[in-house]
Amino acid sequence: MSKVLLKGNEALAEAALAAGCRFYSGYPITPQTEILEYLSWRMEEVGGVFIQAESELSGINMVLGAAAAGARALTSSSGPGFSLKQEGISYLVAADLPAVIVDVMRIGTGLGDISQGQGDYWQLTRGGGHGDYRTIVLAPASVQENADFMSEAFELAEKYRHPVLIASDAAIGQMIEAVEIAEFQEHNIDKFGWTVKGCKKGDEHRKIQNVYYTHPDYEAFLRGKYKEIEEKEQRYEMIQVEDAEVVLVAYGISSRVCMETVEMAREKGLKVGLIRPITLWPFPTKAFQKALHARLFLSVEINILGQMADDIRLAVKGKVPVVHYGSIFEIPEPEDMIKKIEEWLNKEEV
Amino acid sequence: MQLVAPETVTFTKSGFCPGCGHGLAVRLIAETVEKMALNEKLITVVDVACGSLNINSWKFDTIMAAHGRPIPTAVGVKKVRPQNPVLAYIGDGAAYAIGMAEMMHVGIRNDNIITIVINNSLFGMTGGQCAPTSLPGQVTTSTPHGKNAEKWGMPFQIEKAFSGLEIAYLARGSLADAKGMNISKKYIEKAFEKHMNGEGFCLVELLSPCPTNLNMSPVKCAQRINEEMLRYFPLGEFKM
Repeated sequence: MSKVLLKGNEALAEAALAAGCRFYSGYPITPQTEILEYLSWRMEEVGGVFIQAESELSGINMVLGAAAAGARALTSSSGPGFSLKQEGISYLVAADLPAVIVDVMRIGTGLGDISQGQGDYWQLTRGGGHGDYRTIVLAPASVQENADFMSEAFELAEKYRHPVLIASDAAIGQMIEAVEIAEFQEHNIDKFGWTVKGCKKGDEHRKIQNVYYTHPDYEAFLRGKYKEIEEKEQRYEMIQVEDAEVVLVAYGISSRVCMETVEMAREKGLKVGLIRPITLWPFPTKAFQKALHARLFLSVEINILGQMADDIRLAVKGKVPVVHYGSIFEIPEPEDMIKKIEEWLNKEEV
Repeated sequence: MQLVAPETVTFTKSGFCPGCGHGLAVRLIAETVEKMALNEKLITVVDVACGSLNINSWKFDTIMAAHGRPIPTAVGVKKVRPQNPVLAYIGDGAAYAIGMAEMMHVGIRNDNIITIVINNSLFGMTGGQCAPTSLPGQVTTSTPHGKNAEKWGMPFQIEKAFSGLEIAYLARGSLADAKGMNISKKYIEKAFEKHMNGEGFCLVELLSPCPTNLNMSPVKCAQRINEEMLRYFPLGEFKM
């Protein structure tokens, strides 16, 4: 398929259909609403189910039912609405169900505001609902990745029978870029034996419930699942890290700015590189093992508290200083970042 | 007359208390499903409360959904598998307290699912707290001096809330005695018929005994349904 110009949210929605998703139930909230609006007409064209639910709670529980019945099911939200999805995400994890949930992040706590933000990092990566779990989180940094990650998300969700989250943001969701949507693939709702479909006489009936009730060794099972994901599914991009004195760490829209920062810094002779986590969980610790020569890690995030900086500190095991470079009101400018980098490099100690 | 147990009931240890109404409801549902030859098609969704034990009581593919969310979960299943009958089985807490928004909107959309509501006038699983269905004056663990209707409101009647909605079927039956169960079974059958005809949302509420939390003998508890609950929860078909 040739390239087309699409908004990030729309590319994500179309790519979900290409990945065989035929069930969506969501609720309007800025800045993710285009996903819902796009699928309101497009889902019907491909013979799928679109429901604008009465709430995020209802939407995520419809997704749970659809996933249990074998569909590739999707829901999306942003900040305040994503918090409401957490009940269902916890239940999806507990019942070993695959589904994809998109958070087009906005800024702030409570209502916050509708501009781009990266304040949901903790909620996304720590298992945002009640209980004892993690979720795979993919963080697209372009409209093309918004599209490409949908198929990958559904594949991972089915491979591990686990919900997969997409950490997009208002900038990535709203920007328009050239994008190539993958070929449409068919998904067979009877692909898996465990999905509810009606119990044949003489068979054991299927039970979709908390696996903890029935698994003979649930603790080892869950730990094993997460260990395997941490080993096999770390995804990241490294840009000019080999000789870097300062390594920027950023995902999503922040990483786009950081790519420009690296170029500008290199032109000025400053040894700056970038690690871009593509999976926020599992956090790409392997990338940091290859970057311990750096003098400083700079966690560039659109939030106040430096949420990802914690994970970088754990990844470098205290061997290299980690500083948060954050802002909530605007996307950081490369020029400002370079000024700061020069200040830090001129200090004896950070 | 020889009584034959439904083959879709497992007879594993159920976990229900003696005198509980859930087992009776399970039997009525199982008999209906077998009579209509839907055994191998039915998919059920149970709430996490006492009714969740049915996941082991019957031989239907079953999802245990979050408290108050079996209705949207069942809608998700039905939309993906429209050929399968889909039934949500919930208590009055799930139906009329935490799941009220979901209940109203399934009615507004008239989604084609069956919902069975077990109304025992309290929260059973958590030890007998006041519910929207508790009777005025009823002593519960959260109304130790009796339910003050001026503060808590009168027992909630779904037929009043749904009076203006175009749903396919709404009826209330009783599990207090044989007569009540025979009529309840007819209501369940009708709900399945309408569901299989694709007519839309079908709800059957069943007045059900909870001797444990009402601190009564099973016989006394059944009597209470006939003598006290019927005053607030009239039996019959409200939407046909």
